[in-house]
Amino acid sequence: MANVETARAADAGTDFLGAYGRMLLIRLFETSMHRLFLAGEIHGTTHLAAGQEAVAVGTCLALAPDDYLAGTYRGHGHALAKGTDPEPLAAEMLGRATGVCGGRAGSMNVIDLEHGLVGCYGIVGGSIAAALGAALSAKRQGRVAAALFGDGATNQAYFHECLNMAKVFSLPAVFVCENNFYGEFTPMVSVTAGADIAGRARAYAIPSATVDGNDLWAVHAAAAEAVARARAGNGPTLLECRTYRHYGHSKGDPATYRPKREVEQWLERDPLKLARSRLLSAGIAEERLAAVEEATRARLDSAVEAALRAPYPDPASERATQYSP
Amino acid sequence: MSELEFRVAIREALAEELARDPAVVFFGEDVAAAGGVFKATPDLLERFGPQRVFDTPISELALAGAAYGAAVTGLRPVIEVMFGDFMALAMDSLVNQAAKFWYISNEQGSVPLVVRSAVGGGGRFGAIHSQTHGTWFQGIPGLKIVFPSSPAEAKALLKASIRDDNPVIFLEHKRLYSVKGPAPEDDEVIPLGHARIARSGDDLTIVSVGKGVSDALAAADALAADGLSAEVVDLRTLRPLDLETVLHSVSRTNRLLAVEEGPRTGGWATGLLGAVAEEGLHDLDDVWIVATDETPIPYSPTLEDAFIPDADAIVASVRERLRVTAG
Repeated sequence: MANVETARAADAGTDFLGAYGRMLLIRLFETSMHRLFLAGEIHGTTHLAAGQEAVAVGTCLALAPDDYLAGTYRGHGHALAKGTDPEPLAAEMLGRATGVCGGRAGSMNVIDLEHGLVGCYGIVGGSIAAALGAALSAKRQGRVAAALFGDGATNQAYFHECLNMAKVFSLPAVFVCENNFYGEFTPMVSVTAGADIAGRARAYAIPSATVDGNDLWAVHAAAAEAVARARAGNGPTLLECRTYRHYGHSKGDPATYRPKREVEQWLERDPLKLARSRLLSAGIAEERLAAVEEATRARLDSAVEAALRAPYPDPASERATQYSP
Repeated sequence: MSELEFRVAIREALAEELARDPAVVFFGEDVAAAGGVFKATPDLLERFGPQRVFDTPISELALAGAAYGAAVTGLRPVIEVMFGDFMALAMDSLVNQAAKFWYISNEQGSVPLVVRSAVGGGGRFGAIHSQTHGTWFQGIPGLKIVFPSSPAEAKALLKASIRDDNPVIFLEHKRLYSVKGPAPEDDEVIPLGHARIARSGDDLTIVSVGKGVSDALAAADALAADGLSAEVVDLRTLRPLDLETVLHSVSRTNRLLAVEEGPRTGGWATGLLGAVAEEGLHDLDDVWIVATDETPIPYSPTLEDAFIPDADAIVASVRERLRVTAG
């Protein structure tokens, strides 16, 4: 955990109210995507990140706009946290021509290079490798590369090979595990030897921390320390951010494998509720919070409406090329 | 014209591209300090320093992933996956990420990376150090597959591969590393996707790639003594496949033999024959394939020599097929 002074220094001048707005944007986006999926407007499958907003937003709050981020198939929040506009993101989900990837990528594979999002990956450890490679570039460019990935990915070879290589080359990488305690339907503790994801970093002599992933301030403080370490040339960090998804793994999963009591306990610690009350107690007026919430709702609503009005790509005029010229 | 050894051609191409473009980096297992297990890359570390040329852990998955991630963020990585067989470990980043990035990103960015590997049998390395993995990637849109046949071709094609903005799988046949041949023109670059006529002939077109081209050329010499004039087409790249050059050749010779060091099932030769039949059936009097048996590659010298199609096997197959008697 970041010490108190580091946390205070990291907090100074940080726009937590804006970050709260971004978290709410993700929550509203996911609620909207859930509704549109049930209405048949979103196709295939979709993996919602409601409940996990503080990890992506807290991490990206510590990154510079031109730093790199690699996310996962549960990536809507990753893209929004990094700065992707909700309208082209919603259009991508809807398979429209105005999507951030022209409707070619869909829910699981969003890429937004303009905002430093190198990709979201349908292979659970893919983001770890993408961030490793981006960190090779970042080291020469004075940037940092961060990966977001789930607890399931820490049992893939990607996790171990890439943490080792990042340390060997002292790369400016920040590996952020969103431990939501379930790999698909299987409890993390039943398939993860040691059940201590942060502890795995010790084997690679990589600094690590276990972080309350529902606490925006805790995630930001830990991420800010990791980003500072990376930027100073002192190599990678592993953060295990403990959090919980409010929906099932994917669209068809009611998540009945999770004990009711456990779900209730986590819902009490909803990251949005925690952030709101912390902002209030820090002296942010109720009216300012309400204004941010209202503006965020309006932004999301108009983004989704615009996306729904956008045309589908026309197969007749699609000029698909497999190769870059 | 000066002579150039195949392994030196590889080294010169890397050195010239590293010198030309600061975005080019080269890394892999034992490629820097040790200079590569086939001694293709000595002195590059000394010349370009550890930021540009470096050794990695034995982590093929991370190696390919690092190359992909670096390529989409501004570098032009060349990696070595030592033996082609090890590419089974590296496939995710290449097949699922690198190959698809240009298309699914809606052309936001490209993936300029090259993966070099030593391939092919004849070295008594056994079943899992002798395969030719090009066809594992044959059906993946977005990838290019390059397989040079001579030192000059290797140098010019590797330079083109490094300058290409797409992920390139680059195959180097182990039995070619010590081959010497004429050096290419200074700074010659062969654009990817264009086959060449390695030898002109009238009676039969023999198509191959990599080491198969020198076998086909040797076979063509022997067949000339039989009074048979064989044209040899060097495909150079397996993906994209230059069908036009093959069709044009077949339109004159009316016979096509594809020689592949690998099993015919799922190989490039069957795909080529299918494409030629689709486009040029009226030109064809005969088509067939010389490939390997449908077993893993054996170790014992007698078994391996019998397994791999060489010049003698090509000659014997042509004589049998065309009922030609030895001249």
